[in-house]
Amino acid sequence: MLQLLVAHLLMVLLAPAIISWLGRRGFLVLALAPASAAVYALACTSRVMHGDVPVQHWQWIPQLGLTLTFRLDTLSWLMLLLVGGVGALVLVYCSAYFAPSAHGLRRFGATLVGFAGSMVGLVTADDMLLLFVFWELTTVASYLLIGHYAERKASRRAAMQAIIITTAGGLAMLVGVVILGEAAGTYSLSQVVAHPPSGTAVTAAVVCLLAGAATKSALIPLHFWLPAAMAAPTPVSAYLHAAAMVKAGVYLVARFAPAYAHLAVWQTIVIVLGCGTLLLGGYRALRQQDLKLVLAFGTVSQLGLITLLVGLGSRATALAGIAMLGAHAMFKASLFLVTGVVDAATGTRDLRRLTGVGRKMPVTALAGGLATASMIGLPPFAGYVAKEAGLEALLHPAGIVPGWVDGLVLAAVVVGSMLTVAYGLRFFWGAFATKNLGAGAGTEALPDADGTPAQPPIDPSTLHIQSPFLTVPPLVLAMLGLAAALVPHLGTELLEPYAETLPVGERGHLALWGGFGPALGLTVLILGVGVLAWWRRVRVEGFQARVGAWYLRHHLPEADVVYRRSMRRLDDAAADVTSFTQRGSLPFYLGVIVIVMAAFPGVVLVTHTTWPQDLRGWDTPAQAVAVAAIGVAAVLAARSRRRLKAVFLAGIAGYGNAVLFMLHGAPDLALTQVLVETVTLVVMVLVLRRLPPYFSNRPLARSRWTRLAIGLVAGVTVMAFAVVAPNARMATPVSAQFPDEAYSYGGGKNIVNVTLVDIRAWDTMGEISVLLVAATGVASLVFLRRRGGAILRAEDSERARVGDEAPGVWSGGTDEDDRGAALRRRGTAPEAWNRMQVWLRASATLAPRRRSVIFEVVARLLFHSMIVYAAFLLFSGHNNPGGGFAAGLVVGIALVVRYLAGGRYELGEAAPVQPGVLLGTGLFLSVGVGLAAMLAGGEVLQSTIFDLHVPLVGEVHLVTSLFFDIGVFLVVVGLVLDILRSLGAEIDRHADLELRAVREDD
Amino acid sequence: MHALDTTPAVVLVLAIGVLVTTGVYLLLERSLTRVLIGFILLGNGVNLLLLVAGGRAGGAPILGTTPLWHMSDPLVQAMILTAIVITLGLTAFVLAMAYRSWQLHGHDEVQDDVEDRRIARLAAKNEPSFEDADAVESGETLDDEAARTRDETDDEISKDRTGGGEER
Repeated sequence: MLQLLVAHLLMVLLAPAIISWLGRRGFLVLALAPASAAVYALACTSRVMHGDVPVQHWQWIPQLGLTLTFRLDTLSWLMLLLVGGVGALVLVYCSAYFAPSAHGLRRFGATLVGFAGSMVGLVTADDMLLLFVFWELTTVASYLLIGHYAERKASRRAAMQAIIITTAGGLAMLVGVVILGEAAGTYSLSQVVAHPPSGTAVTAAVVCLLAGAATKSALIPLHFWLPAAMAAPTPVSAYLHAAAMVKAGVYLVARFAPAYAHLAVWQTIVIVLGCGTLLLGGYRALRQQDLKLVLAFGTVSQLGLITLLVGLGSRATALAGIAMLGAHAMFKASLFLVTGVVDAATGTRDLRRLTGVGRKMPVTALAGGLATASMIGLPPFAGYVAKEAGLEALLHPAGIVPGWVDGLVLAAVVVGSMLTVAYGLRFFWGAFATKNLGAGAGTEALPDADGTPAQPPIDPSTLHIQSPFLTVPPLVLAMLGLAAALVPHLGTELLEPYAETLPVGERGHLALWGGFGPALGLTVLILGVGVLAWWRRVRVEGFQARVGAWYLRHHLPEADVVYRRSMRRLDDAAADVTSFTQRGSLPFYLGVIVIVMAAFPGVVLVTHTTWPQDLRGWDTPAQAVAVAAIGVAAVLAARSRRRLKAVFLAGIAGYGNAVLFMLHGAPDLALTQVLVETVTLVVMVLVLRRLPPYFSNRPLARSRWTRLAIGLVAGVTVMAFAVVAPNARMATPVSAQFPDEAYSYGGGKNIVNVTLVDIRAWDTMGEISVLLVAATGVASLVFLRRRGGAILRAEDSERARVGDEAPGVWSGGTDEDDRGAALRRRGTAPEAWNRMQVWLRASATLAPRRRSVIFEVVARLLFHSMIVYAAFLLFSGHNNPGGGFAAGLVVGIALVVRYLAGGRYELGEAAPVQPGVLLGTGLFLSVGVGLAAMLAGGEVLQSTIFDLHVPLVGEVHLVTSLFFDIGVFLVVVGLVLDILRSLGAEIDRHADLELRAVREDD
Repeated sequence: MHALDTTPAVVLVLAIGVLVTTGVYLLLERSLTRVLIGFILLGNGVNLLLLVAGGRAGGAPILGTTPLWHMSDPLVQAMILTAIVITLGLTAFVLAMAYRSWQLHGHDEVQDDVEDRRIARLAAKNEPSFEDADAVESGETLDDEAARTRDETDDEISKDRTGGGEER
């Protein structure tokens, strides 16, 4: 059965190509997929009949207990046969139904085959979760197929309504499946049914399952999606919304009936929904003027009947129910296909306009006639046999429910069957009869109730012969309905094994002739009243119109109106919730977060904790000095109105932190903090030089106290955490093992560094990914259109091309008032650059007054020393303070120095590489090391230690995590370079362009 | 190292308090520069909190340099180190946003989201906040609409593509 699914999947993938290649005839190839399912089912017939049930089993996700288990018992066999057989015939039909120029056929074909495959999985799955997966797949396929004509509003709305209703039911069903699976300890459908768990939770689960079944099989009160789904192409209506998908709900009921039909809640739901749907559908079908809608409401009605029969829980009704299931699939699919033929030939499905079709299209009329006969229960058709068995079973109730309930059910089935006869005749007469539709000849030609004038009847003489691909599939289905009924004992034998699984009731049997008895009497009564109702259709329609008007007058709820109203309410509620939570104000959001932090963990902290008895003032007195500096700087930073002042004060607080780290015994942190603080200061200044020097004056005085209060609450809460948390340990710290692990597995002595590159390497990997994203974000916010600009080299600068007249970088003013300018011009001639007469290659690109020779010399001397120091930090970091982060930051600061001394072209000279390359290489290196370890048979990111003897150097102790650290290093360098190129060089360029524009205006 | 007394030093707790208070105070401002400075201060405070949570001061967690019993907790240090570098990335990103905001609007203030306000206004009036032609009631049921659809069974309909003159 897995092979069938694979075949369907392949066909789905190939379908677009096949239909591109063969056009609509490609549907004939697609038909092979469902045909294979039907052939497989037929081939398994004798095994299934004799109880030798084919089972297939594969592991899927063992950790979750998900298995691919398939099982073909009697019920699955019947469903598979229907799904495959009807599917193949419908696809054959499609090959002639659509116009060669019809749109979207490739998608349509693929979706339809995909649906067939999902259905195959649904009916054969033995794992309840697997069943659910296929169940939802059919929902999605149904959505796509109803919405096939996506440019039409009716299709979109119908598709949306169908998917919302069926998915809601599907979710309820999932809840039921999970409860049931957990209660039973297994998700195997056959085992759950064989040993059903019980209890209140299980009862709730059963209700959830029935909710899923009711939505899928369009039972009241959510039946209305099915008639609306008639917006789908007719072959879809025939396959999904008559034969296959809507039967999934019935299938679910039939599956669980042996286990749970005895529950009172089950009986109540099945009987109320079944009878209600049976009667409502039949009643509504009688007033439809559209052939498809007559059939759609008829399907609703029949689904109610089948659910009722299979759900009642006795052997005889179950047998009748699944016989009806099979019969219905055949006759209803046939009738839809017939409708499609009539529609294609005449251009309408309105039975007020159709006339004389039967005479011109005898084969189609024959198919329609046979299928109608089966539907209304005329002997010798399958519908008759099934209905007869149903009546017989209901006349001899198994005593599961009180006698009066049995009586009501029987009455409902009888009345429902009368309605079926009436709308069946209405359909056949409407589609094929020759009517007198002249002006004023009868009610049929009168205008609609809403006043639109009736369109003229069709002219039968214009009809042309239809392709046999169109007419044969419905005829085959109709003939099968006849053939199956002629061998009722075979049907009994085939379907009996399912009925046997039910615990109660007498054995039922299917028969063409049950002898004279009450059942026969009821059949005659049904046919008589049904024919009468059809004969007096004008009166019936008038009656229905009066009931409808009365209904409207009293504002009684109609299911679909209620549904749409509640969807609107839902939208309103969503908007209210959105407007309540999404205030659009950043301070509001942050304030809420902080207050929640203080309110919940804070309150728990205060009420549920023991405060430490004795506190220590400081570890070392130097801490107090640093803390005093931090406190003063932080408070002044908060009060500052000048941007730069605030930035510098925050920087002081940051350096103070570094001191605290150092005093706490964290040299790595101190080093990193100092470096980061330095880079941060430079970057801040680079950007803030463009922003106004003062924060804008805003009337914030009122809210200032609020903000201060929130700040104090947060500060006090966090202080309380700080006091309580260190003594609140309940377990040994994980880091207790770190020294051991660091040395024996990580091969390093600096535990912090080994933690970063080995023990917690995954975290670091995540972190450098974040850095990469941040760097990319910075570049895109500044460069806007590209990942990063070109690499600027000195010889590309304007001064290199134009000479001294060009203004140069940072030419913030004119040179006229700059007396030292002449001195600074030395070495600015382009030809001098290559002769190493300058300290920095690109210093000549600067505006002369911006040059500082001392700075150039210092930069020149410092740069390489810093690079060497960075290399030292990188390679010694495994055993001493340092590592990739610190080394990368040192290189970053070296670049900062070059940039500040020589401008943006000097930055290009110092690092002639795109930062994206560094970032990408770094991440690749880190990930690559991890994967290499996996290839070598270890775990991802596991370190390997090589002790090598290198001549001259001596013993070399090489740990593979060094490469990880080099990756980190490259990412950090890339980040700083990206920042400098964006927030430094590119903003410079903006400023220079702006200045030039100002000058040119003057 | 876990043998050490874990009671935090009062001065560290004070530093945490000041940094968090000033940090949150600035964070609730509207100017992005102030928000950023607030975030940096807050971040420093939280880093100290982590440090304190790891236990009291000790020697550098480097084998061979510090005896095991005297080591400070390396785990929190690794976490803080990561946080410090991430803060740098965040700083650069927020600065780039501030610069962009200045380019576009001439200031770096975080304005209230106009769209959110609009949605709230419409929600108060129970009006839909978005146009959805499919949700507009057409006065007829979906059944009736379905009855008027036609499949693309002949070439005229497929060229027409609207299926019987129905509106899109």
